[in-house]
Amino acid sequence: MCHPRSVLTPRLACRDALVIHFDNVTKVYTNQNRPALDHVSVDVDKGEFVFLVGPSGSGKSTFLRLVLKEERPNSGAIHVAGKDLARLSNFKVPHLRRRIGCVFQDFRLLPNKNVYENVAFALEVIGKPRRFIRKVVPEVIELVGLEGKAHRMPDELSGGEQQRVAMARAFVNRPMILLADEPTGNIDPATSIGIMKVLDRINRTGTTVVMATHDAAIVDSMRKRVVELEDGKIVRDQSRGVYGQAY
Amino acid sequence: MRANFIFSEVWIGLRRNLTMTIAVIITVAVGMAMLGVGLMINAQVTMMQGFWYDKVEVSVFLCAKNSQIPACNGKAITDAQTKALEQQIKAMPGVEKVYFEDQATAYKNFQDSASNNPLVNATKVEDMPTSFRVKLADPDKYQPVIDALKGQPGVAQAMNQKELIEQFFVMLDKLRGGALAVAIILVLAAALLIGNTVRLSAFNRRRETGIMRLVGASNLYIQLPFVMEGMIAGLVGGVFAAVMLIVAKVFLFEEIGRYLALGAQIGWNDVASVITLTMVIGVLICVLASFVTLRRYLRV
Repeated sequence: MCHPRSVLTPRLACRDALVIHFDNVTKVYTNQNRPALDHVSVDVDKGEFVFLVGPSGSGKSTFLRLVLKEERPNSGAIHVAGKDLARLSNFKVPHLRRRIGCVFQDFRLLPNKNVYENVAFALEVIGKPRRFIRKVVPEVIELVGLEGKAHRMPDELSGGEQQRVAMARAFVNRPMILLADEPTGNIDPATSIGIMKVLDRINRTGTTVVMATHDAAIVDSMRKRVVELEDGKIVRDQSRGVYGQAY
Repeated sequence: MRANFIFSEVWIGLRRNLTMTIAVIITVAVGMAMLGVGLMINAQVTMMQGFWYDKVEVSVFLCAKNSQIPACNGKAITDAQTKALEQQIKAMPGVEKVYFEDQATAYKNFQDSASNNPLVNATKVEDMPTSFRVKLADPDKYQPVIDALKGQPGVAQAMNQKELIEQFFVMLDKLRGGALAVAIILVLAAALLIGNTVRLSAFNRRRETGIMRLVGASNLYIQLPFVMEGMIAGLVGGVFAAVMLIVAKVFLFEEIGRYLALGAQIGWNDVASVITLTMVIGVLICVLASFVTLRRYLRV
């Protein structure tokens, strides 16, 4: 599946490893006149790291929700991990979500489970065998830099550490895509650098990372692809971009 | 599928909603017990109908000396009259068998059927009436026989036993209707309570279910703990209902049966099938109510 780009920054080659493909997608929420996404077309390749920037209400979260098939578009086609979401039955949506990891601003950890259990939970509920869980959970806890803290409870951890747990949980099943919705939104800038390092490490394993953010400093320092949304439209798609309009 | 994971979730859910769970269990137990009692009365009625309709006969009581019944005029029936009456009954269409019940037999039958009754000791053999017992080919066609025999010389009273039994059956029917009505109301209440419990449960666990949804747990995996909660509540309620039904069989049906000489008693196999049926219905209602509520309150 290979489509020519219809974005501002042209790409030289069209590879066949598209992980996310939006074709002219429009999403209007009921009881709202203005579309949350307005004829958006964007492609994300396997292994890419993409920043999704733009003011609040510009459609970043809608984009992520559409990828997860939590919402369905009013028009346009969406392909994720080679699947046409319009033709994906509800029955198969969980299998799609197993290939997508999610990290949020508010961590969403279970307060009554420790770090290990929080990460293991993601595997337990998709029916992975216990032997497998015992093997991979410590590995991923180490990957996010929480070795030695496996038995801490979430309320004993700093915000940055909690977000690392959330990332470990999102990544433990080795997803094809990691979606991060303002993962540094509740974290101070110094700690955010550590979070970004973990995301970068995850990206280097071949996982595609799409991160919605307001954090200009982070976007500027990473020098990754930047897709900017404004009022539901893509106004910029730069391969090694920065947050602001300064080219 | 990891059974112990599901069970630990179910246990957490039941414990968090303990009061609601208890309410569900009690409602299901009483509702199912009522349903069971209704079904048991039903079985009892069917059995008694089979037993009694076989034995139903028209009784023709004959006049004794100093009889208070106006048809007799205080005179006893003569032997000639008795013989003539017997011939007449035998000649009637639809009569299968006729036999004469003398005072001794009547006294013995009375003693047998009313052994607990204090009247037995106060009654002497001479107080018992003599009668013809008429067995009909079709027990429902008793009216012409009774009409023909009423007013014959020496006949004190001609009556159909079926009428007496029918009254008792009407009473049982009302009891059964009452029990079933209460059962239906309670089953409805149980379904609503379960709906509420599941709703609370879904709200309490929205964090967990939200994460389960995100990491791609299947719908079954997400919903099963909730449905199992309902099922377990239904099952425990069903067990209590079973105990109540066994108690009802021992202390209600058997006691009343002994006192009233009902003739036929439902057996333990009837009770067992009633218990099985109520248990299945109880669990089914709980599971259905859980599913319906989940559709509304747990987005998958």
